[in-house]
Amino acid sequence: MIDVLIVLVKIVCALVWFLLLTLYLTWLERKESALIQDRIGANRASIFGIRILGLFQPFADAIKMIFKEDFVPAFSRKFIHTIAPFISFFFVAITISAIPFGDSIKIGERIISLQILDFNVGLLFILAMLSLGIYGIILSGWSSNNRYALIGGLRGAAQLISYEVALGFSLIGLIMVFPSLRLSNLVHFQGELLFGFLPKWGVFLQPLGFIVFLFAALAETKRAPFDLPEAESEIVGFFAEYGGLKWGLFMMTDFMEIIIVSTLLTTLFFGGWQVPWLAADGFHWPWGGEWLLPHWLVIAFQVAAFNIKVFFFCWFQILVRWTYPRFRYDQLMDFGWKLLVPLSLVNIIGTGIVMSVLK
Amino acid sequence: MIKALGYFIEIIRGIVITSRHFFVNFFFRILNVLGIKTKRKGAVTIQYPEQRKEIATRHRSLHRLMAREDGKPRCVACMLCATVCPSECIYVEAAEDPELEMQKYPSKFIIDIGRCCFCGFCVEACPEDAIRMDTGKIELAGYSRDDLVYDLDKLLK
Repeated sequence: MIDVLIVLVKIVCALVWFLLLTLYLTWLERKESALIQDRIGANRASIFGIRILGLFQPFADAIKMIFKEDFVPAFSRKFIHTIAPFISFFFVAITISAIPFGDSIKIGERIISLQILDFNVGLLFILAMLSLGIYGIILSGWSSNNRYALIGGLRGAAQLISYEVALGFSLIGLIMVFPSLRLSNLVHFQGELLFGFLPKWGVFLQPLGFIVFLFAALAETKRAPFDLPEAESEIVGFFAEYGGLKWGLFMMTDFMEIIIVSTLLTTLFFGGWQVPWLAADGFHWPWGGEWLLPHWLVIAFQVAAFNIKVFFFCWFQILVRWTYPRFRYDQLMDFGWKLLVPLSLVNIIGTGIVMSVLK
Repeated sequence: MIKALGYFIEIIRGIVITSRHFFVNFFFRILNVLGIKTKRKGAVTIQYPEQRKEIATRHRSLHRLMAREDGKPRCVACMLCATVCPSECIYVEAAEDPELEMQKYPSKFIIDIGRCCFCGFCVEACPEDAIRMDTGKIELAGYSRDDLVYDLDKLLK
């Protein structure tokens, strides 16, 4: 009974974290783009005259979207049209269940891991769910009875499938180095030290794999410079025929993908919740000396480190989106198939050679 | 290969530029929000309803009719403004003035701001300097088309 309760509490906490971060990423996107372009950004939304930098903006947006007309175009497949945004949203939202937020907490006799479910195939689960999200895009484009939306959906599917290859290949090298697909194991492996001082993070062992994964993951989020399926400024995208809260679901899916990609980058390449030189009983500095900490403070440090890393990558992805212009479609395919896939293959072979030499 | 390397350097340069803008503006915005005055603002935004830019003296804004000392309009209903108006938004109805000197005055002078294109030809055409566009009013929105029809009383104010 109490185990079920603990899992429920974990699910609620993770979802609240996820959705709140999603809401405030919309705010961050506005503010960050404004600062990059020497503007101020959304700061008008207020409650009783209190503005605090427009922090109420996401709620105002949500209220606006709820009260918009729920429009379904004529001759569209109504059921599929309605269910498509939910498919998109669901398959992204479910991936949070495999992400480790911190080490396990000891409360009395009980050991609670800060992860909803510790799969032994956690990494494959996340990749599979992110790929299934394509169905939402294709179905929304196809069911809208709009040729432009259909073309947008197909373009999106083609892009996501081609970048999925590079995304998967770039992780093979990592799995060769840390022989596990269980995400909590992957993070534990990264807690060790390299040469006695450098934390054994994935980015130091797999720099090429990290770069390929970063580009492929940016393409997976369907945002500029890879925003061909959507391209709000020029081309008609797959959600052209959506409005109100259904469109809002697609937008939230976008932002949730950013967070998932950030958590993946953190977990796989930047040590997850590991703080450099922090063991279960406190800091052990590489130059000698220790700083012992109580258990709860260590956990707090780890969760904070995880959050800071995730925030940094969210910030970085928004920065990328507001810096680069869009790829042309053939350039996009060239970049995926002719550069990223060969690079990831080179990475696999190189990792294999280095590992067999060092053995 | 070398060409590709050049592109790569430009990509790095691009992200350095945008992140520099971000951090510099972030620093100065934080100082401004905390109430510390700095020479640099961190944003070029003019926060419109509270902060306003000064309107240039030659800016063509809402029309006004000039009045004589006794309060009557200077207009002599010569119809030049109504003739020159390219969007035909001025309607003048002349009436006979009992004073011998004037002979005509406008009993109706209506400008439909909804049609006006703010070219200023009416001001240039007027021989009596009776119409000017220097009120500085630029917020002319109304809830209905009738709100945008300005008659003699409104224009003389």
